[in-house]
Amino acid sequence: MAEVDLTPAADEPMFDPSLKKKKPKKKQVVFNEEPAPEPPKETRDPSPVPTPGPSILKPSSEEAAIGADAGEEKREKAAAVPDDFGFGDLKKKKKKKEIPLDFGEGDGASPAGVSTPAEDGATPADDLNDFSDVKRKKKKSTKKITFDIEEFEKGLGDSAAASGGGEGGGAEGEEGDLGDDVFAMPAAPVDIGDETETWHGTDRDYTYSELLGRIVKTLRSQNPDLSAGGRKRYTIVPPSIHREGNKKTIFANVSEICKRMHRQPDHVIQFLFAELGTNGTVDGSQRLVIKGRFQQKQIETVLRRYIVEYVTCKICKSPDTLLSKENRLYFMTCESCGSRRSVSAIKTGFQAQVGKRKLTKPPT
Amino acid sequence: MSLQNLKKEDPFAEDGLDGIEDQVGSEENYLHIRIQQRNGRKSLTTLQGLGKEYDPKKLLKAFKKEFACNGTVVEDEQLGEVIQLQGDQRIKIKNFLVENGILASNIKVHGF
Repeated sequence: MAEVDLTPAADEPMFDPSLKKKKPKKKQVVFNEEPAPEPPKETRDPSPVPTPGPSILKPSSEEAAIGADAGEEKREKAAAVPDDFGFGDLKKKKKKKEIPLDFGEGDGASPAGVSTPAEDGATPADDLNDFSDVKRKKKKSTKKITFDIEEFEKGLGDSAAASGGGEGGGAEGEEGDLGDDVFAMPAAPVDIGDETETWHGTDRDYTYSELLGRIVKTLRSQNPDLSAGGRKRYTIVPPSIHREGNKKTIFANVSEICKRMHRQPDHVIQFLFAELGTNGTVDGSQRLVIKGRFQQKQIETVLRRYIVEYVTCKICKSPDTLLSKENRLYFMTCESCGSRRSVSAIKTGFQAQVGKRKLTKPPT
Repeated sequence: MSLQNLKKEDPFAEDGLDGIEDQVGSEENYLHIRIQQRNGRKSLTTLQGLGKEYDPKKLLKAFKKEFACNGTVVEDEQLGEVIQLQGDQRIKIKNFLVENGILASNIKVHGF
């Protein structure tokens, strides 16, 4: 018992980001379902809040550095939350519930495979409905006010908390997901933090996953470099995407991302173009101008695929690899485990005829 | 004289490598589903790499009915027949193909 009591206290400063990330989620669930039944948790919650304070600052400052684009997304996320409150309470809950489950599994099995599909499923719909959603949101929120102000206020408070979490989560997701393993790492202890407490007051037996969580937690708290050491190098800055005019997209930090991945910008750009089915140019200040409209999320998913395909070692999952060309074939050599494998060349595939035929086809 | 013979070995080795570029990570047995942006919020979905055992026209007809969209079969010099559908049908195509007994591991969905 004494041990258990000790560990969380020792833990809290260490797992700040994850704790912070989890909190709004939990709060939300509690609010939605029944506000009363769990007073101890409520009272417990605020106490760690001050500790994550500094850690919240970190991601946000990172994002501030990224620029206005990230801010825009943040706002979108914040806006999206009240919408959910007004309408899709059930849906939201379902999603929320699913996510921790995934993490738990991801901890044991392949984290990238588990975590990415969940996101993938969500993103396309979001992208498509972005604009229409904004309109709908307004309507709903106004309607809400007429209904009952108290509820709305509660929702607002929640949404504020959630947006904080969302922003943190977004930043984490961007960095973590790109690095495959990383995403599971901060997430796992969150889940565990909950579970260690679940059997505390009760008389039941602890489950395997709970015990597993506890050992991982104590292991992490005893030697912090285990989790902290591996985390840093996986992260990649989220792509900063701006719109140029109506039909072009600027990907400003390609060169930086390429540097982080240790890949030639040409190779990355070629892959991007092949996947997106467009073309583009690199302008004077090393920014990539892509034809067509793309959002940060979309570029991110493509980059993630690039990393899975051409950066991470398939055997040891480390991103410490070199890509070399021999006899017109690309080979990827892993720096950490020494494995070497050939990777497929980038192929554009079929390009359908888009736009005016007159321009592309010379008159015969 | 013997040196000459030795030299002859090299070009042959090079020759052997000629076709390898295509074969490594050979994408012949993969079905590629791609998306292309058109003007505005419109897009095109293409399905490339359909095996000989499938009739693209029949498949297209099924697609059109199922997804309620239009489409064509386009002849390409290198890639053979490519099914082209209007709108973003990537996920639907994939689900359709998987339901009808094509391995999901043989399908590659490209794009964002």
